[in-house]
Amino acid sequence: MYALLIVMSVPFVYPLLWMVFSAFKPANEIFAIPPTLFPTTWTLEGVSRIFTAQPFAQQYLNSLYIAALVTIGSVVVGALAGYAFARIRFPFASWLFLFLMAGLFIPTEVTIIPIFRWVTSLGLMNTHVPLIILPVLGPGSIVAVFIFRQFFLSLPEELEEAGRLDGLGRLGLFMRIAFPLAGPAIAAVSIMKFLASFNLYFEPLIFLRSEHLFTVSLGLTGYQDHYGEPLYNTQIGATALTVIPVLIVFLLAQRQFVEGLSRTGLKG
Amino acid sequence: MISAVTGRRREGPAPSGSSRRLRRIDHAVGLAFVAPVIIGVLGLGLVPFGYVIWYAFHDWNPLVGTFTWVGSANFSQLMGDSTVWASLGVTLAFALMLMVLNVTLAMVLALLLVQKLPGTTTFRAFFFSPVVVSTVAWVLIWNFLVASNGGINGVLSMLGIMGPNWLRDPDWALVTLVVIQVFKGVGMNMILFIAALQNVPADVKEAARIDGASPRRVLTSITLPLMTPTVLLVTMITLISAMDVFAPIQILTQGGPGRSTTVISYLLYRTAFVQQDFGYASAIGVLLFCVVLVMAALQWGTRKRWVHDEV
Repeated sequence: MYALLIVMSVPFVYPLLWMVFSAFKPANEIFAIPPTLFPTTWTLEGVSRIFTAQPFAQQYLNSLYIAALVTIGSVVVGALAGYAFARIRFPFASWLFLFLMAGLFIPTEVTIIPIFRWVTSLGLMNTHVPLIILPVLGPGSIVAVFIFRQFFLSLPEELEEAGRLDGLGRLGLFMRIAFPLAGPAIAAVSIMKFLASFNLYFEPLIFLRSEHLFTVSLGLTGYQDHYGEPLYNTQIGATALTVIPVLIVFLLAQRQFVEGLSRTGLKG
Repeated sequence: MISAVTGRRREGPAPSGSSRRLRRIDHAVGLAFVAPVIIGVLGLGLVPFGYVIWYAFHDWNPLVGTFTWVGSANFSQLMGDSTVWASLGVTLAFALMLMVLNVTLAMVLALLLVQKLPGTTTFRAFFFSPVVVSTVAWVLIWNFLVASNGGINGVLSMLGIMGPNWLRDPDWALVTLVVIQVFKGVGMNMILFIAALQNVPADVKEAARIDGASPRRVLTSITLPLMTPTVLLVTMITLISAMDVFAPIQILTQGGPGRSTTVISYLLYRTAFVQQDFGYASAIGVLLFCVVLVMAALQWGTRKRWVHDEV
């Protein structure tokens, strides 16, 4: 059984190992036959151009700060709505919840045309604003609401009773008692939304034009020398720089990742 | 998600005198709490969707600045457009192949790794790791491996096989894309299946075993039938998210060779943002939405035939 598992894991693990080692190969070795995993000559030629061929450090920072803002925004928006749907009785609650369910079925590619038009007329083209607003408030936020709702439904109501006797209002109950206890849900939503934002490709492709505003996903596809020839080993090195931090965090916090992402069950 | 629909809120304590005031405040607070997401989904989901339908009845070229009502012209053009029909076929072929391969492989992996043996956690991590890698990074790496002189063909040539140019061969391009995407996402479905397998009550399996059922019989008659609600959910999610695949197409094949990998979402992107024909692209968008809806409805509709009823 182990032999079978090892063979099956090759297409999952080998590409990532190949990526790490190929970053240190000279360009002509990347397509060597027979193929090699380890470089025969180690070189920093590719790696050294990662930050000079294009403003990759800036692009990396762009992706990080956009993903951070998206994560914070989604946790706040999702926790508020999830708490309300789980705990508070208010008019039209079940209708509004059904409305959110229906919202899941609208593909991003379909609504991008009017959103593109609004972004253009608001002068927000080639800015990061749409990349932050859309995932926090748009249909992408619905899954976060579901996760928080499920969590708050499972939280014993007695915990809030005590706070209520102490004279806390709704806002106080949420801020002082429910939200601080929502660690697992916050972790799940944070991992999901951070990865989704960091890995976003379609929206940046539509909304961004200048290299220094690009996100990592766009930057990775644009490695060329001055003559427009692709810089293979540099591209692979930059890809490795994008992937390795995420993989390390994943290996350190495997349980949170797996539980968090599978709780959503939806694509990032 | 399914339990989210039917899940009932637990009843709160009976209202006393002071809690009546609290309840009135609750109405306002509840609405205020859900307002951001409701307004957001309305403004960035439903209203834009309404606009797409409206645009689909117009001829709209933003470069020239024309925006004129053309009635159903875009839709009748759609009906006679062989490119659209071809891309509809490509989309369905891609989504169905991906769904079958992904769900089958995920189930095999889950059955292998649900056993508590040394090393299974490590293997789970191996199979799950592409899920956290960005799609762009994943397809860029595979772009090198499946190139005509890349790693895959290198290995094949050592075995004396002349591999095709995977992404440039009309017979292989779509299949290659499917396989790359399956490796990327199968770990997620594997985890969902493992969780479901662990929820199959041990005493039911034990009872069958005592009654003399072979391990294979326990699997086919007890375990898999009890898994079917999860299988339904997973196949639906996998199929629907495969219907709007974009990044791998744009990065690896740009819809080619020929139009062998031009899926609808990619055709929509090209029509709108390359050819600047926003009206026609909107009509394609309406078509994409309808196809997604029909596929979801078909799966939901057949569930009575094969999904085990829990209650």
